[in-house]
Amino acid sequence: MDGALPPAATPRRARRPRPAAPPPRRVFPFTAIVAQEELKTALLLCAVDPAIGGVLALGDRGTGKSTAIRALAALLPPMQVVEGCRFHCEPGRPAALCETCRRKGARVVSAPVPVVDLPLGATEDRVVGALDIERALTRGEKAFEPGLLARAHRGFLYIDEVNLLEDHLVDLLLDVAASGENVVERDGLSLRHPARFVLVGSGNPEEGELRPQLLDRFGLSVEVSTPADLALRLQVIKRRDAFERDPEGFCAEWAGEEAALRARILAARARLAEVRAPDAMLEQAARLCMAAGTDGLRGELTLMRVARALAAFEGAREAGLAHLRRMAPLALRHRLRRNPLDDALASTRVARAVEEVFGP
Amino acid sequence: MSEPPPRPDPRAEAALAACLLAVDPRGLGGAVLRARAGVERERWLALFRALLPKDTPWRRLPPSIGDEALLGGLDLAATLALGRPVRRPGLLEQAAGGVVLLPMAERLSRGLAARLAAGQEAHGLALLALDEGVQEEEAPPPGLLDRLAFLPELAEPPAAAPFDAAAVAAARRRLPSVAAEDAVIEAILATAAACGVAALRAPAFALRAARAHAALQGRAALAAEDAALAVRLVLGPRATVLPAPPEEEEEPPEPPPPPGEAEPSPERNPAGQGRMEDVVQAAAAASLPAQLLASLAAATLRARAPASGRQGAERVSLRRGRPIGTRAGEPRDGARLALLETLRAAVPWQRLRPPPPRGRLAIRREDLRIRRFREHAESTAVFVVDASGSAALHRLAEAKGAVELLLAECYARRDRVAVIAFRGQGAELLLPPTHALARARRALAGLPGGGASPLAAGLEAAGALAAQERRAGRSPFLVVLTDGRANLARDGRAGREAAEADALAVARRLRAEAHPVLIVDTAPRPQPFARGLAAEAGGRSLVLPQARAETLAAAVRQGMAAR
Repeated sequence: MDGALPPAATPRRARRPRPAAPPPRRVFPFTAIVAQEELKTALLLCAVDPAIGGVLALGDRGTGKSTAIRALAALLPPMQVVEGCRFHCEPGRPAALCETCRRKGARVVSAPVPVVDLPLGATEDRVVGALDIERALTRGEKAFEPGLLARAHRGFLYIDEVNLLEDHLVDLLLDVAASGENVVERDGLSLRHPARFVLVGSGNPEEGELRPQLLDRFGLSVEVSTPADLALRLQVIKRRDAFERDPEGFCAEWAGEEAALRARILAARARLAEVRAPDAMLEQAARLCMAAGTDGLRGELTLMRVARALAAFEGAREAGLAHLRRMAPLALRHRLRRNPLDDALASTRVARAVEEVFGP
Repeated sequence: MSEPPPRPDPRAEAALAACLLAVDPRGLGGAVLRARAGVERERWLALFRALLPKDTPWRRLPPSIGDEALLGGLDLAATLALGRPVRRPGLLEQAAGGVVLLPMAERLSRGLAARLAAGQEAHGLALLALDEGVQEEEAPPPGLLDRLAFLPELAEPPAAAPFDAAAVAAARRRLPSVAAEDAVIEAILATAAACGVAALRAPAFALRAARAHAALQGRAALAAEDAALAVRLVLGPRATVLPAPPEEEEEPPEPPPPPGEAEPSPERNPAGQGRMEDVVQAAAAASLPAQLLASLAAATLRARAPASGRQGAERVSLRRGRPIGTRAGEPRDGARLALLETLRAAVPWQRLRPPPPRGRLAIRREDLRIRRFREHAESTAVFVVDASGSAALHRLAEAKGAVELLLAECYARRDRVAVIAFRGQGAELLLPPTHALARARRALAGLPGGGASPLAAGLEAAGALAAQERRAGRSPFLVVLTDGRANLARDGRAGREAAEADALAVARRLRAEAHPVLIVDTAPRPQPFARGLAAEAGGRSLVLPQARAETLAAAVRQGMAAR
């Protein structure tokens, strides 16, 4: 039960597990991650535009998926939140405030972007939030103890081995991810709070497949694999080794690159609203989706958003066909209609569609 | 092929692994001790513990620990008694910087393994997985195995530790300053590739183990023998292929020199590097032959999902699922407190009980209510396919089609599918239970056909698999595709009569074990034997001369739903 968010200055602080022994651990720098370009790009673009809808990383274990997501959170600039709010409400967006914050004027503080782990086997209480047992038992109050969804608001919700997640949790996540709001009706509680997060899932498809309904909710999907090239593998091991031996020194070494990338994300966010998506590009996106045979309109929407985010990230004023072409595999490969008779890999099918529409 | 180097003594190797782990418990993550509870394992644990600093926390994880006890939470009894929140630290927190033993690691659930892995990182723990698995399919969750560096062999008790606690402590201090040249890291990586170890965590562990060994030997930089030893201990048990012998060895690779003997680090020229790789790979090869089979089996296991470890078809759960009410009981071992019901149970007694010193309600143990949940039961459809005779290819193709259809449609139910084929001298598990379509497709590509028809062997294999699935908490459903022409008895004799008698005997056993069976008769004309077989097995029979994948899949779905 570490799902609770401690509101400032309550006796509940005592409940938080705070190990005394190890000092706060440094996070491996994002810019020091070797290879895995597709995964890094996907995560960065989601940081530029959270509306892209999350990343699904499929591949072997031990390829640095969780390292990348944790590194990204450390890289991102802190966000502005209403002080003491358990849902880290966003100041300046009155419509999106929680009930408490709407009632009182609030001071603004900055907080790190949350990355919340959703462990396999988590109970529904822990994910959604539940009645605060402690306060109910000791003070007889009916209070809500926020769950993981509340903690992930405006940040990232990371699910390792998402393909093994229990079905009732999957349903619940789908619902919240789609509505951006967590509605709690249980234990005599009735409340709702905002829960908008970037869903990041990882898993190994050999151990079980994802339901298509959940697949479709992820904006982008990337395939990660252990680098096969010896020079790259050497670099991975050496950097990891250097980091583990001297985290402080290693992070200091990469601080410059981290700052540069952070500035680039901020610039891209500022530019995003001005990046145009010309009709010709949208038309091509639609044709691409038709050629690839994706279900629904979500593919086109994601394609458009991610092309714009990429354009913004690269400093372009307009999302063009080149952006579309590069992002098509990430945005579409997990949306293809399943065809038991077509053995071709999803990536190959998307590549075929790209060639069909854009020419080789 | 050249003579393989002599295999080092596993007892000495196990002791050495304990020393290396004691030097860097946090960096090496821990060890998997696959052995029955007994003197071998106890000896290793005692040896390891003696090498750690005196005050290192040493905790044992209760097999069915709940989140509260693991991660910390409210101490309910104390909270109620004192009227203020009393927090109890979780087990992982208590063990911070120390060692946690995981008894019956082969029954750990994936969820618990995921939390242990996260706790290992957060609290700097070394985990010792006590794997008491006997059968192949019993193994700790793969996500956990990946995070533990050593898998010492404990068929016999380990030898005496080659280093004492003082030497280990000195090595621990020296550890950060041990340098590693690129040539050594490259040699480790090349060996990992040659052994078919794809993931990068294993070579990273090997590097740390090598560094620990160099520190123990008092070296300032890694030498070839450090790498050779680390590769043997870390990569050897994980190998999935035998490395090809290095071409034209000019000298036999030396066996590990006795500890204490320093060696100058190799020169950095191409020849030196080539030699280093050879030495390291030879070391890996030396540890292989005995372990390769076991680890190959483990490797296929890794792709398989071990079950949550619950017995039988018990589906009411106290931990998760859809809520189906409450019952009296204490919220421990992962059971969830039903708060409102608890309060409701306490309220009527308030006038009768002495008022509590603080707070408003006097709550007693007998008031506590816990929630019950219903978990969704998974099923496994086991296809037993007759791959003999002329129609084999057709039958196999349709079975394959049905498997793919079932998998493609069965997301919501999360069903698994397995395929056993029987032909020639026996039965073969072509596709272990899976719900991964990609895997099924790969396993079923290019099936052989023809030969005799050992129906009894096929049914027997299916029964064993069904029992295994049932142990794992899933409900098996057997689908037998045959033209009912058994002609090979279990003892290998050809002949119709004996073969049919054997098949009927196995069918009776299936019935005794209450495995649901569907016999699909694919002969051009219905065979009375198939019907008799179904009757003996207590199952149904279905005549499908043109066993089409769609019809077959529909029949199986129906059969599974009807149970």
